[in-house]
Amino acid sequence: MRRRRTVGAVAAAAALAVGLAACGGGDSSSDESDGNGGSEPAFSAATEGIVNPSDAKGGTLRYANEGEWDSLDPGDTYYGYSWNFANAYYARKLVTFKNAPGAEGGTVVPDLATSLGESSDDAKTWTYTLKDGVKFEDGTAITSADIKYAVERSLDKETFPHGPTYFNDFLDGVKDGFSVYKGDTLDSIETPDDKTIVFHLNQPFSGFDYFAGLPATAPVPKDSDTGSKYKNEVVSSGPYKFSDVQDGKSYTLVRNDQWDPATDQVRPALPDQIEVALNVQKEDLDQRLMSGDLDVAVTQLGVGSAARAQVLADPEQKKLADSAPINRTWFTSINSEVAPFDKLECRQAVIYAADRTGYQTAFGGEIGGGDVATALLPQTIPGTTKIDPYPVSAPTGDEAKAKEALAACGQPNGFETSYSFRAERPAEKAAAESMQQSLAKVGIKVTLKPYPQDDYFSLYAGKPSFAKKEGLGLMANGWAADWPDGYGFLAQLVDSRVIRETGGASNLSVRDPEIDKMIDAAVNETDETKRQQAWADIDAKTMEGAWVYPGVWAKVLLYRPETLTNVYVSSGYDGYDYAALGVAQD
Amino acid sequence: MTTFIARRMVAAVVILFLVSLITFAIFFLVPRLAGASADDLASRYVGKSASAEQVHQRAEQLGFTDPVLTQYADFVKGVFAGREYDLGGPEPLDCPAPCLGFSFIDQDPVLPDLIDRLPVTLSLAAGAAVVWVLVGVGVGVLSALRRGTVFDRAAMAVALAGVSLPVFFTGLLALSVFSYTLDIFPPGGSFTPITENPFDWAYSLVLPWVTLAFLYAAGYARLTRAGMLETMNEDYIRTARAKGLAERTVVLKHALRSTLTPVLTIFGLDLGLLIGGAILTESTFSLPGLGTYTVQAISSNDLPKVLGVTMLAATFVVIANLVVDILYAVIDPRVRL
Repeated sequence: MRRRRTVGAVAAAAALAVGLAACGGGDSSSDESDGNGGSEPAFSAATEGIVNPSDAKGGTLRYANEGEWDSLDPGDTYYGYSWNFANAYYARKLVTFKNAPGAEGGTVVPDLATSLGESSDDAKTWTYTLKDGVKFEDGTAITSADIKYAVERSLDKETFPHGPTYFNDFLDGVKDGFSVYKGDTLDSIETPDDKTIVFHLNQPFSGFDYFAGLPATAPVPKDSDTGSKYKNEVVSSGPYKFSDVQDGKSYTLVRNDQWDPATDQVRPALPDQIEVALNVQKEDLDQRLMSGDLDVAVTQLGVGSAARAQVLADPEQKKLADSAPINRTWFTSINSEVAPFDKLECRQAVIYAADRTGYQTAFGGEIGGGDVATALLPQTIPGTTKIDPYPVSAPTGDEAKAKEALAACGQPNGFETSYSFRAERPAEKAAAESMQQSLAKVGIKVTLKPYPQDDYFSLYAGKPSFAKKEGLGLMANGWAADWPDGYGFLAQLVDSRVIRETGGASNLSVRDPEIDKMIDAAVNETDETKRQQAWADIDAKTMEGAWVYPGVWAKVLLYRPETLTNVYVSSGYDGYDYAALGVAQD
Repeated sequence: MTTFIARRMVAAVVILFLVSLITFAIFFLVPRLAGASADDLASRYVGKSASAEQVHQRAEQLGFTDPVLTQYADFVKGVFAGREYDLGGPEPLDCPAPCLGFSFIDQDPVLPDLIDRLPVTLSLAAGAAVVWVLVGVGVGVLSALRRGTVFDRAAMAVALAGVSLPVFFTGLLALSVFSYTLDIFPPGGSFTPITENPFDWAYSLVLPWVTLAFLYAAGYARLTRAGMLETMNEDYIRTARAKGLAERTVVLKHALRSTLTPVLTIFGLDLGLLIGGAILTESTFSLPGLGTYTVQAISSNDLPKVLGVTMLAATFVVIANLVVDILYAVIDPRVRL
């Protein structure tokens, strides 16, 4: 009896939540803002201009995180929000993203360096010169040796497993197991004097400025480096420094009086203090955001479903929200190692038969979910033009074309296959179910197979032998760009050489030597326009091979309380630019 | 009495040892039996783009390549003598005795984390316990004495709601009404240590206490009511009344005392379990206690942390049981036999 009543109450609560969510759906009208960078809060205004522009200093900016940071150590972090936060407050890098809304916020400008990198030797050598007057929080001058050391230490992936591996892959002569803690040093980073740093690459790479903007180039004083413990005692080079770090609970930052605003063109440094609460329950976090008790949800994953319904239903609240396009695509990998997907037409049949709006709805619809994708590259990446290589008769799927393709690959009556997704992700499950239904219409019988998300790439879908053995012909996947350009988005996703038998790769299905060659050419291309075109061509080539079904170009529904000033969505950070934010002063 | 206590304490130690053995086996032996290799286990604790050699190296560093029995022996040894982990950093990482585990993800000993979070959970559990015992037992007694009245029926209806409604529902409701709308109490995530400011400490915990106590008080009220109803019909109560004792004395000294025996048993278990982490309440109110710590540890697959919390929770349950057993023996000498 007692049990039944409990279940009843839970069911009632769940029904209530679902009901609320349902009320919020459907309304997809977007109030256009005036678009002149104006200050009137309106729905999605911060995606087009600066909301509440202000240069008033003071106050405490309050962040909250529904989970935990991977690491505060600039050399060991890979969350986009963490890069945004580090850049804004305590980790200056050689270069960084411009302090500007929209796509302009994705362009690179000098930070600690006096200018962007000067390349020589066919873009294999990159030189930067440091500004005068840049200091650590203890007043010591920042030298090129501090940056060399910071990059070198980040190469040790045993001690710092979280961060990206771009420097490991591109710097010349980085041996496996390189570690500054074992006495290794690198000849391919030179510091001829205190102001100059030179990087030598193992291949030409024209987009190196993006590497120079990675948090790993934030200087680390060698004497203060405590390896994996440095994350709790990071030495600041930015306008704020940590005054309190409580692992898993909270962080506090206060002004760093050694930071000289004259050396910094991207950080207005408005608040006096920054506070971060960790592990705040998501619903509670959303409510606090809306009641003005918090200023920013730091992960920028968007508000939860209950709060979403509340925000969209109330015009006063909706004005304070942004449906922000981000550099992320949700898609389904089509595995050519599982028959009959070894045949092009069978892969194409999936793309034709898929219910595009069903997939979009699974991820949350137009607001907060995203737009129906017709290729991998998100439209927010500069130089991308929309292509639709597989036009369909209806957005819910084109049975005729799908059946034609099936006949062409010798499976006129369809076939059976399996679809993997991450068990903890309801959106991926809903998308898988939508695919299951739409593919059934053309005779493709799909078995759904959930796997735990922690090991999804390392042991299950991402491990080629496992995927083959389990017959995973279709695999849910999702990817966000490390920075807004073709390389930052596609390099890890469509290069067949990143696929390893040991698992762990994000590319689950694209195996085309042609594409690999095109990537090499694009990486070495020094002309920016041609380079953007090269990546667009790679995207088109991936679609031509039908290696993936592109699902949704993602958007998130962000909330900006009236307490926030200088708010805009930057393409460089896939969300609000934290460096710009201030607190309203009354 | 001394023999009794000694015997119980030995049993407690044996139980803790068994709990550690079983938990360890679940985490480190079962995956092996299910076919996962040492490298598979270690692949969670290296970067995404680690090579096979790096994964293997990490497996060796974490001791996954050793036989499970050796790993367990190392764990037990660590508890008494401390351990060192060489994960390739500037110097080997130290986990001083008692080393209750070493987080593979944070690369930090687990025990300081537990000690750091214990005050939050203790504050929550102790405060809530006071509320639910006072309210639960009080309401139970009054209900029994006024059986069948409007008060009794209303109280039992509320009690039924209490046991039926989950904490994440009542908690969020309480926050939404008393914090966001009426602004009487602070929002979730507020916690001030009692050593800093006892008033703020209590003020910040009122909602979590009441929420958690609501759940438990309901059960205690029903238990007390049932016990009281039974006791009040006993002969010795009639005798007490016949002696001319005041009704107050009859109820409090004679009836309530014997009713409290089963309540005490349940209380010991409940409190012990709660100190191991009131997971739902802590998560709902974003309190940085052992409960939220456990949730994070589980979601990030940080087995040593889960093992540490399990051991701590088991210790509290065992201690609470021990105390209840001893109290029992004081009340009822037959138990000592």
